[in-house]
Amino acid sequence: MNDTLRTEKIAFFCLLIATIVVIIPVALILTIVLVRGLSAFSWEFIFAMPREGMRAGGIFPAIVGTVYLTLGTAVFSIPFGILAAIYLNEYAGRNWLTRTIEIAIINLAGVPSIVYGLFGLGLFVTFLGFGASILAGSLTLAIMTLPVIITATREALSTVPNSFREVSFSLGASRWQTVRNVVLPNAIPGILTGTILGLSRAAGETAPILFTVAAFYLPRLPLSVYDQAMALPYHIYVLSTQVPNVSLKIQYGTVLVLVGMVFLLNIVASVIRSRFRKKKTW
Amino acid sequence: MKRPFEYIIEKLIFLSGIASIVFVILIFVFLLKEGLSLFGSYNPFAFIFGKNWYPISDPPQFGILPLIVGSLWVTFGAIVIAVPLGIAAAIYVAEVAPHWLRDYLKSGIELLAAIPSIVLGFIGIVTLAPWLKYLFHLPSGLTALAGSIMLAFMAMPTIVSIIEDAIVSVPKSYREGSLALGATHWQTIYRVILPAASSGILAAIMLGIGRVIGETMAVLMITGNAAVMATSILQPVRTLTATVAAEMGEAVAGSGHYYALFAIGIILFIISFIINILADMFMHKK
Repeated sequence: MNDTLRTEKIAFFCLLIATIVVIIPVALILTIVLVRGLSAFSWEFIFAMPREGMRAGGIFPAIVGTVYLTLGTAVFSIPFGILAAIYLNEYAGRNWLTRTIEIAIINLAGVPSIVYGLFGLGLFVTFLGFGASILAGSLTLAIMTLPVIITATREALSTVPNSFREVSFSLGASRWQTVRNVVLPNAIPGILTGTILGLSRAAGETAPILFTVAAFYLPRLPLSVYDQAMALPYHIYVLSTQVPNVSLKIQYGTVLVLVGMVFLLNIVASVIRSRFRKKKTW
Repeated sequence: MKRPFEYIIEKLIFLSGIASIVFVILIFVFLLKEGLSLFGSYNPFAFIFGKNWYPISDPPQFGILPLIVGSLWVTFGAIVIAVPLGIAAAIYVAEVAPHWLRDYLKSGIELLAAIPSIVLGFIGIVTLAPWLKYLFHLPSGLTALAGSIMLAFMAMPTIVSIIEDAIVSVPKSYREGSLALGATHWQTIYRVILPAASSGILAAIMLGIGRVIGETMAVLMITGNAAVMATSILQPVRTLTATVAAEMGEAVAGSGHYYALFAIGIILFIISFIINILADMFMHKK
């Protein structure tokens, strides 16, 4: 008997060690980025144009570019994503078409990000003639984000109890009226959470924007959606591998700004989630 | 009698519903459209089994075998690291950890998923690579192993969360039956719960492999970027994804090089398609 208990103790201890090995690097990475990145911070770093071949000055155009791209992604992906989830959860029956859509979503979620980059280059940049532009980059990122938004929205819709729908139908409401007035309002928090998480991923992506929008060095703000733009993730890549002798301070600072933006979105998402979980009465 | 607005919105809902299918087909069509142009002038066998990737020499050689080997090394290393750690961490979070700790651990792992891959690549360059160089007395720390370690951590959130879900969804009665027979908690975990969750674990491993093979930026930055046939995990390599990312910027549109990079895209698309279908099959096997 003692032996089996000792085995259990040893096994659980090993599991604990493995978990620590997974968690510690996260804490370590974030601490390093925070501590070393903060030393680069100044008003100039955030709000000035880069100078001297990006070795001095600020990263303002990259920040603005990433904000534009994230907004563009939101504009294209949110409406389609939510409507697609409504179709799957509220309209579709259990048939081959639904199954095919599900498989397609799974595959969209699994396609390597660089393949999205190639696709965006082939369709938006070349075939549709948008050129390397904010428009082409946003569309590419939007298609990549679509499966995240669909999956999250569908989950949020499916947690709305069926009795809500039945009551609405029994009062004579049509399916769309039920979705619009009963299901959606109750699913909004879940939809928001999933959508924001999807957008935070899009904000940090590099590979899809490499050939569709990202400018190596463009020390001005983009003027239209047909303009190229700098973006934070690509800027990190450029600073750390393409331009020699960039001070580590500037590199860490840029990384901190990107991580900060991504985490801010994540925090907003989890605040929404926990806020509404408490309010939920069903 | 539906009102016109309702008619239009329901049509839109249906169109958005099938949009995912359209996009998957569009992606494949556009990869094929550009990628297949290569094979008019270049032998497909020489493409897949050629040992030389010299895209800009004259005549160019587009053998992607070294890139495939690079991808395999990095993926192999990452899975060897990530799967045992991921299974162990998932068991700990789902079964062993005290309640107050569980939520912190879960958010910690979610946090890892939120870090962009470019950031992990950067951290890999400035911290991991010098450390590996020192540890193994290498000329450079930028090797397949560096990529494997970083990618193992990138695949971890996927692996842990899917296995954890699989463990949690094992019926309570299994656990109770085992405990009632006098088994300890640990015996119950590895004799009853893990076998019952095995298809979920397989799905998690497949999706982990999918993430690792498709990862681009971190791999491009920390694997040393040498398109040679690596014979050890301590050598620099270059993966399929990294090659596309590194070279498309310089490839002239309409050149053999340009088409060859799209052809690599076809290969990547097919690999990810197969992996995701397999993972889905495991997931739905109940």
